[in-house]
Amino acid sequence: MFERLKSMLIKECIQILRDPRMRFVIFIVPVFQTVVFGYAVNTDVQNVKTAVYDLDNSTESRDLTARFAGSGYFDIVEYIYRDERARELIDRSMVKAVLRMNRGFGEELRAGRSAPVQIILDGTDSNTAGIVLSYTGRIVAHYKGQVQMEQIARINGVPAGMGGVELQSRAWFNENLESRNFYVPAVIANIVFIITMLLSSMAVVREKEIGTMEQIIVTPIRRSEFILGKTVPFILIGFIDVALITMVATFWFKVPIRGSIPLLFGATALFLMSSLGFGLLISTISRTQQQAMMSAFFFIFPAMLLSGFAFPIENMPEAVQWLTYINPLRYYLVIIRGIFLKGVGIGILWQQFLALFILGGLILWFAVTRFKKTL
Amino acid sequence: MNLLRIKAVAKKEFIHIIRDPRSLGMGIAIPMLLLFLFGYALTLDVDKVPLIVWDQSGTHASRDLVSRFSGSRYFSLQRYTDNYRDIEHAIDSREVLIAVVIPVDFARRIEVGRPASVQAILDGSDPNTATFALGYAENVVQSYSRDISLQQLRRLAGARPKSAQLDVRPRIWFNADMVSKNYIFPGLIAVIMMIIAALLTSLTVAREWEAGTMEQLISTPLKGTELIVGKLVPYFAIGVLDLVLSVLVGELFFDIPLRGSLWLLFGMSVIFLVGALSLGILISIVTKSQLLASQLALVATMLPAFLLSGFIFPIDNMPPVIQGITHIVTARYFVTILRGIYLKGIGLDILAGEAGLLIVFSIVVVSLSIWKFRKKIE
Repeated sequence: MFERLKSMLIKECIQILRDPRMRFVIFIVPVFQTVVFGYAVNTDVQNVKTAVYDLDNSTESRDLTARFAGSGYFDIVEYIYRDERARELIDRSMVKAVLRMNRGFGEELRAGRSAPVQIILDGTDSNTAGIVLSYTGRIVAHYKGQVQMEQIARINGVPAGMGGVELQSRAWFNENLESRNFYVPAVIANIVFIITMLLSSMAVVREKEIGTMEQIIVTPIRRSEFILGKTVPFILIGFIDVALITMVATFWFKVPIRGSIPLLFGATALFLMSSLGFGLLISTISRTQQQAMMSAFFFIFPAMLLSGFAFPIENMPEAVQWLTYINPLRYYLVIIRGIFLKGVGIGILWQQFLALFILGGLILWFAVTRFKKTL
Repeated sequence: MNLLRIKAVAKKEFIHIIRDPRSLGMGIAIPMLLLFLFGYALTLDVDKVPLIVWDQSGTHASRDLVSRFSGSRYFSLQRYTDNYRDIEHAIDSREVLIAVVIPVDFARRIEVGRPASVQAILDGSDPNTATFALGYAENVVQSYSRDISLQQLRRLAGARPKSAQLDVRPRIWFNADMVSKNYIFPGLIAVIMMIIAALLTSLTVAREWEAGTMEQLISTPLKGTELIVGKLVPYFAIGVLDLVLSVLVGELFFDIPLRGSLWLLFGMSVIFLVGALSLGILISIVTKSQLLASQLALVATMLPAFLLSGFIFPIDNMPPVIQGITHIVTARYFVTILRGIYLKGIGLDILAGEAGLLIVFSIVVVSLSIWKFRKKIE
């Protein structure tokens, strides 16, 4: 048995790694991708390009503008004096926000009447717009509070800066709310998923298409040995990729890894069971490599988007949330983020581990039974 | 270039496609399924942030503040707690995203008019949601703070003092309700078209080499250019069909506003498709192996189209070097163009730069494919 398995393994390894371009795609490209994507995945909203449309030009309006500029969230790129210019700047995506104060803003404010500040946002990117709006609300409310206090102090002789409630916030696991720490560990999962899934989905169908399957069928190799021989090399590739990319994440991007690294590899092993299981299943039910590739993609893309990678699962409709339970990537992401950022252990992550184990076991079992050593 | 020969290749390729209904079906079904799934399922909007409260004060004032949190549509109060360990566990196990702790002296400090503070602890591991949650929490606390300050002042001054009124009047252009669906959908069309186009063609030439039929093609008078054009034609038809269906889905099912010109949208899409399909052909020509071609096609299109096109992650946020790299990801231009046409309703005068780059890319890729294709057996 071991003799046959060994020769199968040797054949597979030679077949995959023979082509230097393949070695490049499997080992170098993921590292390169992690570096590029690590820089790219950033949803932090800072230095929002802003134009100021100040029709009042009073002390108050300049004061408020200065607060926007000084907040660190807004980058004032232009002062404008015409309506059309606002339209033009936003159409050309040169600014994301226009802060507008009408004539009489300062006077109204001093007189204690309603003084509106208008903020015009490019709503195309609704996510950024929402965040910018909440920044605006905060800055304006803070300014307003201060103006009110000063006025009351002037009128009544009460000392300013009294009372009030302030919110002190602390973000755990990611003090500065850096989105890179959230996304980079997930990029690891995505890359490993794509590579192993795609490789394994081509594994069996490739032999069928080229005709070498017939040669294998006439050998005494058993079904389980054949499947093992097909999967073990991919498991090794998966582990090497995880190790490589994790090193990039920690040494290059300084993403904290607070949990246990052996646990990370344990989770990877369970995850590979599912991704290879799905891949093999696709491979056994496809006739051509084209079909296998399309089917694999049919599975990979939804799995990536419905994993909680960028879109929170809690926000999805109920039915789709149920669908995500059969998505191995979902569990792997929770585990990988938990280990990297929260440093939690098996005590909290056991459900995800169990889910991966059950899912992977079922899929592998199903793929193996579907595979027939006949033509 | 001989039209007759191109027609023959196109016909042959077309038969190939028809003979494999599963691949053809998936070529059409995948984009539709993805659009539906994502139109309904994917949203970046944050509401109902799960919340846990530790009310150490237990007074009328603190209960008032808590009721403002639970009454807000942005928070859903899961339960109360009375220790930090529980908060820790609730956040670790992702039961809640935010914990609000009201200190013992909260009511007393408010009573005597000294500043009181409330602590918010957030799960920062998803910074996007955390930023939203923090913004909402600050709004709740600020409005509460304003109300009690005014009450106190009224008490102190006897009458209602004249005080400044200042409010923000936001106007959100192009997407007034800030529905993320409107933002995601046009981008999603671009990403899906990019990937599907490259997937469809990336195996076509490699398959001929692997199956040995390339030798037969070589022995015919067919020229390289004719082979490539002929192979592009049927996949181009599938791509256009996908695109028409996508626009229809956006129109009929998701009410995505299409403010710009439909013709411009199709014109741009045609240019984009030629580039994306040729990229697949180029990969196929260079690799000559289906296994390698499929890996390369996914590596070259899927993650870049997804992550580097500005689809979700704003390009402005990226460091300059990476911004430079995004210029070779054509999906980037297509995402900008589609969003511009769909949401902003802008025309060619503003999109000229993107359109020009799309054309340049398509020409470069087609010429590269023709140049790289060798009608020879090595």
